[in-house]
Amino acid sequence: MKAPYSLLHLLKDMRIEWRSRDAINSMLFFSLLVVVIFSLAFNPAGALSREITGPILCVAILFAAVSALNQAWSRELRHNVLEAHRMSPAPSSALFLGKVISNFLFVSVVELLLAPLFTIFYNLRALGNIWLMLLAVPLGTWAILINGTFFAALSIRSRNRELLLPLILFPIFMPALLAMVLAISAILSGDSDPSLWIKMLAGYDIIFTTISLLLFETVLNAE
Amino acid sequence: MTRSTIQDPGSGYTSHNVASIVQLDSVSKLYGTFVALRKITLEFEAGRTYVLLGENGAGKSTLLRVVAGLLRPTHGSIRVFDQPKPADARDRIGYMSHAPMLYDELSALENMHYFAGLYRERPCLLPHQALEAVSLDPALARPTGQYSQGMRQRASLARVLLPQPDLLLLDEPFSNMDAASARQMLALVQAQRAAGKTIILTTHQRELAEPIADYLLTLQAGAVASLVARQPEPRRPEAVRP
Repeated sequence: MKAPYSLLHLLKDMRIEWRSRDAINSMLFFSLLVVVIFSLAFNPAGALSREITGPILCVAILFAAVSALNQAWSRELRHNVLEAHRMSPAPSSALFLGKVISNFLFVSVVELLLAPLFTIFYNLRALGNIWLMLLAVPLGTWAILINGTFFAALSIRSRNRELLLPLILFPIFMPALLAMVLAISAILSGDSDPSLWIKMLAGYDIIFTTISLLLFETVLNAE
Repeated sequence: MTRSTIQDPGSGYTSHNVASIVQLDSVSKLYGTFVALRKITLEFEAGRTYVLLGENGAGKSTLLRVVAGLLRPTHGSIRVFDQPKPADARDRIGYMSHAPMLYDELSALENMHYFAGLYRERPCLLPHQALEAVSLDPALARPTGQYSQGMRQRASLARVLLPQPDLLLLDEPFSNMDAASARQMLALVQAQRAAGKTIILTTHQRELAEPIADYLLTLQAGAVASLVARQPEPRRPEAVRP
């Protein structure tokens, strides 16, 4: 029964985002800044670009995602809609899952728009299996968003929530960030096998998705 | 005739003629050291309308939120529809807060479709029926963020009525409204009363809500100051349709 409830939340979030474009615009603006500034700072060419693109891409995605995550629950907080959710018999884990999936789709749209820009600005030509990027990037993005959406919910009652979110999120996300950077660098340089890092990301995602789904109801109903 | 009997002035009020659906036993709620509710013992009878009065900070909203299950009592116990946790009876409770609890970016009908989806296991009104019940046009495509305060409050009431709850908790439903909108909202609440719903309503506008009250409950500094049974206007659905 959970899938339809999650779908309901997802469609609602997508409809609202389509009308306001709040999250996508702020993410796109922020990540474009990161891409342009780093390309000017490093003058990337050849091997250097393959070395630095992985970390820069991850940083761009991370900060863009945080800017979206800070707004993730703001629509529910405005006018107390979150209390309407608490009063409804729908499972709260479905609300959480819908929110994570919608954030994932928004960040993925930004990533798709960023991909050609990265190729142009950093003169990229991958030496490894480029198709593995279709695993590494979504798995890393999910890792940011599952934790970020959970901790954004945890910090919504705090006055300093925009400061609190990165403070809690970054240390917990660090293992996934390292795995994502190493996987992308391995794919671009072709020097090593990225499969270990991709498996690590998958394991990380499974563990944190399970924990977040189990704990979300407690977080939602905390006073 | 349903008359409340005062057991212990200042702390306990019960009545035994009609089945009670909400029972509070020595309920206190503290926010840090601030006491929002003090040892409240009350029973709310099925099918009655209770108007909660009191100054700002008297504990009216906190009492509603405790009954709704949105706050846990610090001390004491509460039963709603025989459930020791009000949250277990939440599909039978409709709660309307000061804020409209709607998405600004969606139209009223889109909001109703969304919330109806959350109550899919309960027989719900159709989204357009809920809006028509509060005299809003379902065809209105404007997002609710562009509605007037009166329209937003009515849309909020439509959201509450959607799952056809047995208990309505209405927190300041007439606030920030002009006189005409407030009278319109009153007529809508009166229609719910005529339909036999149990209503607990907080307001500062005593003169407005008094005609529909079965009981006037006054809170003072988190405690029950008085509970007065009154003879309300008769329930005549045909006379109170908005």
